[in-house]
Amino acid sequence: MWRDHLTEIIVFSLLFLLVSAMGFVAARWRAPKDMAHLDEWGLGGRSFGGWITWFLIGGDLYTAYTFVAVPALMFGAGAAGFFAVPYTIVIYPLVFLVLVRLWSVSHRHGFVTPADFVRNRFDSPVLALLIAITGIVATMPYIALQLIGIEAVLKTMGVTGDNALARHLPIIIAFAILAAYTYQSGLRAPALIAFVKDSLIYIVILVAVIYLPYKLGGWGDIFAAADAKFDASPNPNDGILLNGNNQLQYVTLALGSALALFLYPHSITGVLASKNRDVIKRNMSALPAYSLLLGLIALLGYMAIAAGVKPLPGNSAGSVDNNTIVPLLFDQQFPDWFAGVAYAAIGIGALVPAAIMSIAAANLFTRNIYKEYLKRDASPAQEANVSKITSLVVKVGAVACIVFLDPQFSIDLQLIGGVIILQTLPAVALGLYTRWFHRTGLIVGWVAGMGLGMWMLYQVASPTRKHFGGSAFPLSEFGFDTTRTIYVGIVAVAVNLAVAALVTLALRAAKVDEGVDGTEPDDYFADEGDPRVTPGTDRDADSAREPVA
Amino acid sequence: MAAPEPEAPTTAPTRAKDHSPWNWLLFIPIVVPLIPVFFNGDSPRVFGFPRFYWLQLAFILLGVGTTTLVYQMTKKRGDS
Repeated sequence: MWRDHLTEIIVFSLLFLLVSAMGFVAARWRAPKDMAHLDEWGLGGRSFGGWITWFLIGGDLYTAYTFVAVPALMFGAGAAGFFAVPYTIVIYPLVFLVLVRLWSVSHRHGFVTPADFVRNRFDSPVLALLIAITGIVATMPYIALQLIGIEAVLKTMGVTGDNALARHLPIIIAFAILAAYTYQSGLRAPALIAFVKDSLIYIVILVAVIYLPYKLGGWGDIFAAADAKFDASPNPNDGILLNGNNQLQYVTLALGSALALFLYPHSITGVLASKNRDVIKRNMSALPAYSLLLGLIALLGYMAIAAGVKPLPGNSAGSVDNNTIVPLLFDQQFPDWFAGVAYAAIGIGALVPAAIMSIAAANLFTRNIYKEYLKRDASPAQEANVSKITSLVVKVGAVACIVFLDPQFSIDLQLIGGVIILQTLPAVALGLYTRWFHRTGLIVGWVAGMGLGMWMLYQVASPTRKHFGGSAFPLSEFGFDTTRTIYVGIVAVAVNLAVAALVTLALRAAKVDEGVDGTEPDDYFADEGDPRVTPGTDRDADSAREPVA
Repeated sequence: MAAPEPEAPTTAPTRAKDHSPWNWLLFIPIVVPLIPVFFNGDSPRVFGFPRFYWLQLAFILLGVGTTTLVYQMTKKRGDS
């Protein structure tokens, strides 16, 4: 089986090895004398300029799973899968407005994680712990999804075995390499590799969207083929346009995903690594170039329909793995060597975000659990060390998710991940603007939003499963007389906010202590060169000089 | 964890203020792509793309245009 794909496998392996080598070399790239500091390992020294940030955040937000799953969704459901386009449009203005403030306050106070900010802003280690745990739990399945992206490619190349271990061996090896260079180089590794990843992806996609329509008879024919397929299918909610039932779902999913995405710890890590506000703001107008790419990639799903691609069988009998349609499309329509390049683009596309995510999760553990609860007086070097080791543990956990659980389970977990990370919105995103909410109100709101979100997800059935079948919640379950659906996350976060507000009013009336705000209004505008920030020299000096709260 | 430092904050010239009315423009690319009546239709087609597809791709340009404009109008004067 795999012998038919020998050229593809060789091209894939060579490119994979090339970027692995770059990952190790990255430790010396733009590196200071001392890597034993969390700012250096986990945030690349907070020094990245415009271009690096562009590739890093781009490589961070548009993952291998996106490249595989969005077209798969278009292939299966049609227009509903295109939500990824409005989703990635609305996110940038949001970041422009909100995350620059987080950058400033973090720069000023040396925050590494969103939970660091919450800890200081609301004077509540408990709330910070909740934010940190939410971040770690939401990130783990996201990393596992990257593996599913690689797996789709490997499966198409016929690199698959008879038992679970043999089938997953290539992924385990790939992740072992990834773990080793992330350990050594920290955030510099994905930053450097992102250049290669995105260059490959841009080349592959540009060739694909020019060549494939030409070969398949033009865009008109491609849309006609998709239309014909959905007309013939029994599902009432598919089609090349939205219908009355899924429009609300479409827009709430786009908005909710955008809000969730920039609350994910790894997106915040990418933003905090830039060297000043200007870099972030400029990037927010340049990053949508990726959205255009994503829109075109999504349409590969329709091209696969027009080309008559039949997805490979899934893990359970009778099911199909729609994730394989993009790799199969390349396999059928392009020469082997070019398909190999495309596969490498997807495979490497998994490594960049996986590395950033594991770093972000490790930073959360180190700053908000280890330093807060286990070792108060940890030195910067100890912090960096704990983070490095935690990043290894996180990756082992993600691999275990794939090897020992049904990969479908990881997809479900990620669905849940989006809903739960949204519950940090009141504390993190609104906290950047106002301290009106009481810390205890935020905690109670978090519990309410999380509980409701889980309950709603549990109620959602799909043709193949009774619970956790998707994120489209039928409004009829709330007693409305309609067949419309809505994205679970938006409802859960609205309830979270409402509960937080009510509890805040009650606590304020009862005059419950609300702690001391560790930040000042001016902190939210601080920029590179702010006199109150003492970069470099101070950080390298003895840790005793660091003020301890 | 860094605590608020005792000395009074000094106003630095490097500090930018966010309060610009231009920022309100950013709500256009946040709101417009979330209104399905604009894009949920087939005609007119452009290069074979139904309106649903080409218009949403065009919203990307709307986003780029707006953020670029706001960035240009709000960036620090003088030292950059």
